[in-house]
Amino acid sequence: MSEHNYQPKSKFGKWFNDRLPLLTLANHLTDYPTPKNLNYWWTFGGILTFCLITQIITGLVLAMHYIAHADLAFSSVEHIMRDVNYGWLIRYIHANGASMFFLAVYIHIFRSLFYGSYKAPREIIWILGIMIYLLMMAAAFMGYVLPWGQMSFWGATVITNLFSAIPLVGESITTWLWGGYSVDNPTLTRFFTLHYLIPFLILGLVVLHIWALHVPGNNNPIGIDIKKPSKDTVSFHPYIVVKDLFALLLFLILFAFFVFYSPNVLGHADNYIEANPLVTPAHIVPEWYLLPFYAILRSIPDKLMGVIAMLSAILILAALPWLDTSKIRSAVFRPLYKQFYWILVLDVLILGYVGAMPAEGLYLLIARIGTAYYFAHFLIILPILGKVEKTLPLPMSISEPILGGSLNAEPARSKEDFQKL
Amino acid sequence: MSEQKKVNRRDFIYTASTVVGVVGVGAAAWPLIDQMNPDASVKALATTEVDVSLVKPGQSITVLWRGKPVFIKRRTENEITEAKAVSLTELKHPEKDEDRASNPEWLVMLGVCTHLGCVPLADKGDYNGWFCPCHGSHYDTSGRIRKGPAPTNLEIPKYEFVNSNTIKIG
Repeated sequence: MSEHNYQPKSKFGKWFNDRLPLLTLANHLTDYPTPKNLNYWWTFGGILTFCLITQIITGLVLAMHYIAHADLAFSSVEHIMRDVNYGWLIRYIHANGASMFFLAVYIHIFRSLFYGSYKAPREIIWILGIMIYLLMMAAAFMGYVLPWGQMSFWGATVITNLFSAIPLVGESITTWLWGGYSVDNPTLTRFFTLHYLIPFLILGLVVLHIWALHVPGNNNPIGIDIKKPSKDTVSFHPYIVVKDLFALLLFLILFAFFVFYSPNVLGHADNYIEANPLVTPAHIVPEWYLLPFYAILRSIPDKLMGVIAMLSAILILAALPWLDTSKIRSAVFRPLYKQFYWILVLDVLILGYVGAMPAEGLYLLIARIGTAYYFAHFLIILPILGKVEKTLPLPMSISEPILGGSLNAEPARSKEDFQKL
Repeated sequence: MSEQKKVNRRDFIYTASTVVGVVGVGAAAWPLIDQMNPDASVKALATTEVDVSLVKPGQSITVLWRGKPVFIKRRTENEITEAKAVSLTELKHPEKDEDRASNPEWLVMLGVCTHLGCVPLADKGDYNGWFCPCHGSHYDTSGRIRKGPAPTNLEIPKYEFVNSNTIKIG
């Protein structure tokens, strides 16, 4: 972190800052030196912060009208939609906000994968990010249960039954989670409590995530270490703040499109039918952002192994900084990794598609190949690639490729040439 | 008294106090964990009596027991023969039909797929029994898993005939 010799100008400011250095913190955040070549893929951190705050505020307001009871939940949600002033707007923002949150987090994660932002010295930032992602999935799942529609009920049944795959204690754990012998009122009330709690846990982790980020500073599109502050950096305010706000504005256009023009397109019609424990909907499909993992779960014909595979698919990401053996961060200088990166993106999209389709015939075969490839990417391709790949020469500074033309067309000078200059 | 002995004594106090602390925290945490288990009112609803006098052969009814559907199926002669004809070696979870339905005419089982808990659909699937629409598990006329991801047969709850027309589940 940069040096903090900040002195508040006013006498009161100085008095206060000597007792609680909040102004020093504000000054650090304002002056925080940021690589000057950050592209728009780097604006999603700010967008995600916005998403989290939006979910917390709209959720807080919804909780003032929602009733967490198996007999009343469904009609209280309809009450919000029909009777509460602007209830429809707040609920649609909250429901679509979850999808927007995941859209942004996937772009954020895949940006890290492309530019190697998870590599030393940023492993802890990455792992905190994975923890945030896991909590996001838990919050989204429990939130989806609250309207107590058919998809809510059966989604909750299927997901909580995943725990019954655990040998010996599985049944007891599931009963404990339910607070009964099936998903019922006790399940709903505890899910509501946890759904309310988790965003604040996420908020705490976000603070740690940003704190950990501010120790080494941002990675950048060419992935080299830079001197901070230097000619290669700009201060966070106003440069990055304004750029982030502009990106947020563009993001909000998409957000508003969903909220105002197709608020239900990402949901399922079945969830407008009240929960019925005697009838399972013909097609149980999770929300789009969980589909790739759902495809992995279904691709394995054994219950316990399916659950293990699904959890491993997420947890394997935490080990990524050590599975990727290449010292070069950015894919810009890794011609082979760049290709495998795009194959992985395609693989995840395909898994998402087959996750929404019935698990039979060709779809099942594709899901199995996709699952095998997903794990091969992390466990086989990445460790080997780091050892055998011939990477392109790295530029000496950020200024060099910018002043010397495009990144790929002009190979940067070698270290020897640079020292001669 | 040697220096060594003094250190050991201190170690013992540290370890003992840590253990007491851990036990204390555990004891304090247990009520907070156990409150999530089924409460007295949920446990009180643990038995259900069902009148089955109106169910004709080939028909089945579904009743709710502990929040879960229970299938009560009055099987036809064909279905019973089919269920009995299956050799145990063909089964993923081998169970004789006699052990699943003590009175072969009546099959009483939980309508909860043993994969992830969906309700299977009756008279569907490759084995004329039940089919789970969620992840494609096929069950035969005895409710035994034949194909798909479910690990075990549909569960048989504890039940008894109170009289010829009434089944008590639980």
